[in-house]
Amino acid sequence: MAIDRAQVRHVARLSRLALSPEEEERFAAQLGHVLEYIERLKAIDVSGVEPLSFAGEASSPMREDLSRPCLPREKVLAQAPEQDGQAFLVPRIIE
Amino acid sequence: MPVADFEPVIGLEVHAQLLTRSKIFCGCSTSFGAPPNTQVCPVCLGLPGALPSLNRAAVEMAIKAGKAFGCRIAERSIWARKNYFYPDLPKGYQISQYELPICSGGAVPVPGLGTIGLTRIHLEEDAGKNIHAESGSQVDLNRSGVPLIEIVGEPQLRSAEEASEYLKALRLSLIYLGINDGNLEEGSFRCDANVSVRPRGTQKLGTRVELKNINSFRFVRQAIEYEIERQVKEIESGGKVLQQTRLFDNEKGVTRSMRSKEEANDYRYFPEPDLPPLLVSPEWAAKVQVPKLPHEVLDELTRSGVAQADARTIVADPRLVEVHRRVGGDPRRAALFVVGELARAVNEKEADLAALKFEPAQVAEVWKLQDAGTLSSTAAKEVLAELIRSGKPPARIVQEKGLAQVSDAGALEAVVDAVLARSVSEAEKYKAGKKNLLGFFVGQAMKELKGKGNPGALNELFKRKLGD
Amino acid sequence: MKVDLLPLSRVSAALAAREVSPEALLESSLERIRALDGKLHAFLRLTEGEARAAAKAASQRRERIGPLDGVPIALKDIFCMEGVETTAGSRILKGYLPPYDATVVRKLKQAGAVIVGKLNMDEFAMGSSTENSAFGPTRNPWDLERTPGGSSGGSAAAVAARMVPGTLGTDTGGSIRQPAALVGCAGMKPTYGRVSRFGVIAFASSLDQVGAFAQDVRGVALLLSAIAGHDPDDQTSSTRPVPDYAASLARGVRGLRIGVPAEYFGEGLQPEIDKAVRAGIEVLRSEGCEVKPISLPNSPHAIAAYYIVATAEASSNLARYDGVRYGHRARATQLLEMYERTRAEGFGAEVKRRIMLGTYALSAGYYDAYYLRAQKVRALIRRDFDTAFATVDAVVCPTSPTTAFRLGEKVDDPLAMYLNDIYTVPVNLAGLPGISVPCGFDNKRLPIGMQLIGKPFDEETLLRLAHAYEQRAGFAEQLPPLVEHAGR
Ligand SMILES: [Mg+2]
Ligand SMILES: [Zn+2]
Repeated sequence: MAIDRAQVRHVARLSRLALSPEEEERFAAQLGHVLEYIERLKAIDVSGVEPLSFAGEASSPMREDLSRPCLPREKVLAQAPEQDGQAFLVPRIIE
Repeated sequence: MPVADFEPVIGLEVHAQLLTRSKIFCGCSTSFGAPPNTQVCPVCLGLPGALPSLNRAAVEMAIKAGKAFGCRIAERSIWARKNYFYPDLPKGYQISQYELPICSGGAVPVPGLGTIGLTRIHLEEDAGKNIHAESGSQVDLNRSGVPLIEIVGEPQLRSAEEASEYLKALRLSLIYLGINDGNLEEGSFRCDANVSVRPRGTQKLGTRVELKNINSFRFVRQAIEYEIERQVKEIESGGKVLQQTRLFDNEKGVTRSMRSKEEANDYRYFPEPDLPPLLVSPEWAAKVQVPKLPHEVLDELTRSGVAQADARTIVADPRLVEVHRRVGGDPRRAALFVVGELARAVNEKEADLAALKFEPAQVAEVWKLQDAGTLSSTAAKEVLAELIRSGKPPARIVQEKGLAQVSDAGALEAVVDAVLARSVSEAEKYKAGKKNLLGFFVGQAMKELKGKGNPGALNELFKRKLGD
Repeated sequence: MKVDLLPLSRVSAALAAREVSPEALLESSLERIRALDGKLHAFLRLTEGEARAAAKAASQRRERIGPLDGVPIALKDIFCMEGVETTAGSRILKGYLPPYDATVVRKLKQAGAVIVGKLNMDEFAMGSSTENSAFGPTRNPWDLERTPGGSSGGSAAAVAARMVPGTLGTDTGGSIRQPAALVGCAGMKPTYGRVSRFGVIAFASSLDQVGAFAQDVRGVALLLSAIAGHDPDDQTSSTRPVPDYAASLARGVRGLRIGVPAEYFGEGLQPEIDKAVRAGIEVLRSEGCEVKPISLPNSPHAIAAYYIVATAEASSNLARYDGVRYGHRARATQLLEMYERTRAEGFGAEVKRRIMLGTYALSAGYYDAYYLRAQKVRALIRRDFDTAFATVDAVVCPTSPTTAFRLGEKVDDPLAMYLNDIYTVPVNLAGLPGISVPCGFDNKRLPIGMQLIGKPFDEETLLRLAHAYEQRAGFAEQLPPLVEHAGR
């Protein structure tokens, strides 16, 4: 088993996803199956290989430091689930 | 063991807002104090589909800081995502630098401490602001995407006092470089401190605690002192210092643990795929001009003869350095003006360094009048005071206030002759050797001239007429 | 044949010759959509009002802006369009109205294209069957019980069903080429960086690329010329000049060297596809191409590397859907609960699986073993292609190991679904251009696609080869039964 339920719970918390116990179990099985397949990467000799994280061209012109018009606030807030005309509103933060 | 038997080890991480016009990855304005959510766009709001577009000026300012502190400037550095959820972080990640920062190494000169080493300086974006209320929080994203450099210092500081000195020196240096406004209250210069203690004489580092939310120099000292004492007490009572993040409560003067979340530190950094590697050619880096740092200006001033104390006063405010430079002439005399007349006027709110009314070069005109004998030293002071207040041309001030001395030989001679004509007996006594009567003659002449006679010229005239 | 059944380039020519007006063309497009989409479900919504205004403006223009002026085009629902609901196939974005246009949308509007509506897709482009759409699956016009592929299934199906002559999609691991193969049209994924991604809802930023579908290769070339080019808002977009792709088609293919990679013709490949693609290669040989066997030894590891890289980036890209500024928000009294429930309610199962897989691959203690290793394998895959391109001008292989599979066949077996992209994923990992062209049918009369892979920024060679092949093979003109039955 490549991943157990406790790990799934931990990863779900990091990802901010509430899972039901059934989902935990199902995802553990499915992710385990996929991770088993991915294990094959371990057999490949990658010694001395530089990782390729950027497949595009190396240089791109940077933006000049000029300010552009911003969005009108009505438009900014229009899509918000909760707002007070000035700011987005979120529930109390309990750390 | 008492506190004195422990050695504190302190390293500071400073976040400094760069003085660009627009944000680091979008064209929104960076100005402070706009109404909430009026300086935002799809990019800094983290809207679906938006992508970052790097501001060249932010990079240049980081290069400037790196060069000023003698860092290595990386020809190729990498953007990274720091992942965590918080309402003021619209994308759910902060674009920062992690494994390959733009600057590494280097040191900050700190008066009295020599230099304090730097681990790195990297570029990143700021988050927005949460305004907490009882029922919930408001989220304002105006600050989201404002460019920052994070300056990570080596843990070479050994007391709260040293930490505060380092911070002051760093702040002043950034202001000199013109890349940060040094404003702690508005949060454009922020500091976190890593504090640990170890028994004196030992090398192994103790468990470090990260202190956040320190927003004044006084609080830096308070927070670190409190934390050192707390850690020592913890060890003394047989306990252990826990690795954690603590918030400084500036009302109570204590540090408090932020509830430790087990995953809090798993930021899952990885290279930012939306931005190509940041390339800084040696040619580009070479072209970036670095102005003089405070310690260099201090050296220059003292070498030119300015008194140590005056030089320090001037260097502490780059605006005073600028005035000193623009006054020109004899550096000592200019320094005396800056720490004298100008400082007094600023103190008495008759001048504002942010908006000077006068042209510093005009000070030399006053000196010229004084040196030519047109102004007495008292009158010169009065002219300078008015110059600072109003910025009127010195000649006009002299005229309006009627401050010019009579130095004209013809005009003085008539008065001298008149005084001698009615003081025959005193003249006799003088000639007989009572030389201190010279003061009497000059005084008589001054009375006649309503105080505007040039004392030096009168002295000379009387001496000559009396046969000396 | 009616103009609206013609491939894009001929529709464009008909408009230029004023054989048809943009308005009439739009109306027949809308009519076919109304007639067929109840069965097909290619569209998530129509933008009739905007389309009619654009068609009217096009017909009133004295001079055509270019070849796309007046041409009805539809967009995968991953492209932000100001004021038009854009969901990326997800419940979490239901009702979301972007305040800006994606760069490609702006470019299409400037080219005079008539944007007809938004097309169905797998949620956040995660899937190979369009069954992961929160709004129900799209069906294949060749067999309504089967999938059109994915994730750009709506874009492919709409072109194959002649609802519009051209559509845009995105391709992260095959999401343009695989559905193009499964519905029998042409679909191209350009080089990474050739087209701006600004305003395109991200799945995996280092792999995503915008591309086009049309029934004909020339149509794809016309669309690509309109959308390609540098965009200061996307710093991963290239500053190289954009060629006139359609003009380059005339140059022919004689003398081009094409490589046939042994690894792409192995176990798991449907025999009819093997046969059809080999026959396709013979056609290219007879057109004067030199055919060479090549090896891409690390390509078989591509799926494993891809599912780490893509999910890692996705886990981060999808963090912004937090219920704070837009989109769905669950009821909750405190913040953590709001995050967890919003995302649990808003995302579908496949998206959750991928977010968790990506989070896992990046989390403390696993980064080196998974993410870093995957990026190194990615480097090896790219190196294989570099080596191959020293001796060939393009690589030819199948697009998909199977023809269209049945709806529901793979939904509960994520790995089986992932393996469907085995021939397309290496191209994304290496950042190369790829195109799929129709190359026949299996014995159930389901379309087969042939894939051509090119050097970075050498879309021209791929388009030339695909065009030359298409001219000889003639599969592009075949109508699926759905359209056939609706009557010409
Ligand atoms: Mg930081
Ligand atoms: Zn912005």
